[in-house]
Amino acid sequence: MTLDLVYFAWVRERIGLPKERVDTAAVTVSGLIDQLREREDRYALAFSDLDAIRVAVDQTLVELDAPLEGVREVAFFPPMTGG
Amino acid sequence: MTVRVEAEPFDLALELATFGQGAGAIVTFTGLVRDLPEGGLVYMEVEHYPAMTTQALEAIEAEARTRWPLSDCLIIHRFGRLVPGAQIMMVATAAPHRQAAFQAAEFLMDYLKSRAPFWKKEVTASGENWVESAIKDEDALKRW
Repeated sequence: MTLDLVYFAWVRERIGLPKERVDTAAVTVSGLIDQLREREDRYALAFSDLDAIRVAVDQTLVELDAPLEGVREVAFFPPMTGG
Repeated sequence: MTVRVEAEPFDLALELATFGQGAGAIVTFTGLVRDLPEGGLVYMEVEHYPAMTTQALEAIEAEARTRWPLSDCLIIHRFGRLVPGAQIMMVATAAPHRQAAFQAAEFLMDYLKSRAPFWKKEVTASGENWVESAIKDEDALKRW
């Protein structure tokens, strides 16, 4: 499955990219994170504290155990600070 | 019922000139860029997730409308580089009575804080710092 990944705030800065396309066999968001962590240190650093990571799949907030089936875009970012 | 996400400044008086006509109560809140306690903030960079932001704000607004009898509702949130004192965002609520208008405005603000995809970075002469979310902001949602 091919997914569009988008990153925001310090997640984007640590990974060094605003977005990328990845092929994955991961079934859940956390499986995808495991795959990314193994790629390079900058991903391991970005995902070193999962309590500080929020996820949206196809622009909807989800938990880390959310399934990826049928998903096109996954966004990773820190807790939001609007207002 | 309006949601706008934009870089440009907004004019509060202009926005309210036609807002909530016929309502008994209108409440408005405006958020401004605060300088650091020690001073020295050059600007704040507000980043957002364009594909998600508007629909997230509309969902928050729709939830508010199920809870209070709002005749009108306005959310404006800016992004980009904002200097100290600049307006970041505003909400306005219109209802028959003040209690609904006040409560709905507080509800909108509480959800905007931690459920709308915005992130703030403070930039000073000596460096940059991403604003961290506050535990109190997450706790604030529990009262609703």
